[in-house]
Amino acid sequence: MKETVIKTDKLTKRFGDFVATNEISLEVYKGEIFGFLGANGAGKTTAMRMLCGLSIPSSGQATIAGFDVYKQTEHIKKHIGYMSQKFSLYEDLTVLENIRFFGGIYGLSNADIKTKSEALLNELGLQDEAKTLVGSLPLGWKQKLSFSVAILHDPKIVFLDEPTGGVDPVTRRQFWDLIYNAADRGITIFVTTHYMDEAEYCNRISIMVDGRIQALDSPANLKKQFNASSMDEVFFELARGAKRGE
Amino acid sequence: MRTIRFLLAKEFRQIFRNKAILAMILVVPVMQLVVLPLAANYEVKNINISVVDNDHSTYSAKLIFKVTSSGYFRMTEAKNTFNDAFKLIETDKADLVLEIPHGFEQRLIREDEQKLFIAVNAINGTKANLGGAYLNNIIRNFNADLRLQMIVPGKLNPMPVVEIAPTNWYNPLLDYHVFMVPGILAVLLTMIGSYLTALNIVKEKEVGTIEQINVTPIKKHHFILGKLIPFLVLSLVVFTLGLIVAWAVYGIVPAGSIGLMYGFILIYLLAVLGLGLLISTYCDTQQQAMFIAFFFLMIFIMMGGLFTPIESMPGWAKSLTALNPVSYMIDVMRMIVLKGSGFNNIKHQLMKVFLFAVVFNSWAIWNYKKTT
Ligand SMILES: Nc1ncnc2c1ncn2[C@@H]1O[C@H](COP(=O)(O)OP(=O)(O)OP(=O)(O)O)[C@@H](O)[C@H]1O
Ligand SMILES: [Mg+2]
Repeated sequence: MKETVIKTDKLTKRFGDFVATNEISLEVYKGEIFGFLGANGAGKTTAMRMLCGLSIPSSGQATIAGFDVYKQTEHIKKHIGYMSQKFSLYEDLTVLENIRFFGGIYGLSNADIKTKSEALLNELGLQDEAKTLVGSLPLGWKQKLSFSVAILHDPKIVFLDEPTGGVDPVTRRQFWDLIYNAADRGITIFVTTHYMDEAEYCNRISIMVDGRIQALDSPANLKKQFNASSMDEVFFELARGAKRGE
Repeated sequence: MRTIRFLLAKEFRQIFRNKAILAMILVVPVMQLVVLPLAANYEVKNINISVVDNDHSTYSAKLIFKVTSSGYFRMTEAKNTFNDAFKLIETDKADLVLEIPHGFEQRLIREDEQKLFIAVNAINGTKANLGGAYLNNIIRNFNADLRLQMIVPGKLNPMPVVEIAPTNWYNPLLDYHVFMVPGILAVLLTMIGSYLTALNIVKEKEVGTIEQINVTPIKKHHFILGKLIPFLVLSLVVFTLGLIVAWAVYGIVPAGSIGLMYGFILIYLLAVLGLGLLISTYCDTQQQAMFIAFFFLMIFIMMGGLFTPIESMPGWAKSLTALNPVSYMIDVMRMIVLKGSGFNNIKHQLMKVFLFAVVFNSWAIWNYKKTT
């Protein structure tokens, strides 16, 4: 029996008259890599912020790791990691200082912080940059660091909002290696991307168009369903009807 | 508790890493404190005065001596009649004419009250006006039963009797440095404290780092304390520097207890930083925060009694000062520095400022939303 860690039912967010996220319903299972696709402005970030307890939904239901997105946002926050679309580590702190700070905020013990930050620096090959200001790192390294910090406290689920935007193909591969490692450790991955090759790496994906989820299945099944040879085609088929974006 | 340690370490690192801002926080106020009191010096010396003594009593002689020895006035020709002396004003040879009426001494003794007349030169209004104020002060110190009556030649409106702020009693020579420095220090502290806090938090909003904080299980009051404490410390350093400048440059040593002063400042800073926090919770950009902070601080400072004594403000403005934390601060600073007031004298102000601190900070914590 698959354990459900994210469950949403007609989850909706309105900004005035505008419905940014429109009645989305989905389930994500433990250990899964779930791709959350959609064109620009489809409402991915809006939905993700509700799931992280950063934004109160306008209507609908959702539970994250068993906690309610209306009433238990602070409980949710203990069990998730979040990497926002906008880089948001402290650029005026060093790599190590950022790791220690967020480790401390999540309540890790000093010993834990020490072993974890060493392991993290090793995994990323950033040992020599430990005392470098984050602001002076190349974008690819920043993103990898940001991801590692987001899972520092071993969350049940990590939400990644376009983690590889603007990153070169080699670094993207390395980034996905990190994602697989995390998934192997049992962390559920909820990731948005605009790269269709990355969509293929996911166990299941949903495709959002103008605030609604128009398709949800494994990449292979979706290709079959849309009679397409690549995810690119599937995405194009669905997204070309979109009114938003452009 | 442990969370706060991490927050403080982070905040102090960021403050010390930004050398330009740090220098600005520490150097700019010191420079302002050195320069501003010099510019805000209203003191006027060498006011030409002509005295018409119609009484020729020992008492009138004493009064004249008191006036000349104050150091502010220079005697020009003495005249026998008011009209003759008045000509001196018309020819710009005198700024003020003081007339001591006939039977001045006798009536003062008999009726316990006596009027003196002064005429002021309306051409150099400021000088004459201030001269009138000094004269009033000297005369009141000389004998509280004396009243000055102002006469302004050739003007439609009689010049209003100059009000003397009670604080001047403790600064009888009207040394404006002693008067202005504590007030300016109060204003500087207010501006630095509230701006730093407001801008710092809004900057985290702009850069997006606050999102990364809000998605952690951190407690709101921990986050707020983590912001308050560093800026409290920084503001206290600025205040201490200010006291040193006041002493080294102007020779001002607080007449009252330094401990009491720091105690009050601590509470006051909590209120001021709370205001900064509150502003930051309503703003998304540093520009917005700047304008809102500017708006409130401008009103607070202009109506805080730094330049215009609150006693001479219109009634509605006077009642508004009850809602102005800066007015309490300027008041208390002057009380402790000039008068040497003790705890009991500033109790009322302390209570009010404490109330501001509680209100601003609770409001800020309430309005700071980790989830929107
Ligand atoms: N706070 C807000 N107020 C009003 N409208 C908003 C707000 N936040 C987002 N929107 C609107 O909601 C829509 C969805 O935005 P969202 O950021 O969720 O899209 P997205 O799928 O993440 O797009 P992208 O791929 O560009 O990141 C957009 O049209 C956006 O302008
Ligand atoms: Mg987005």
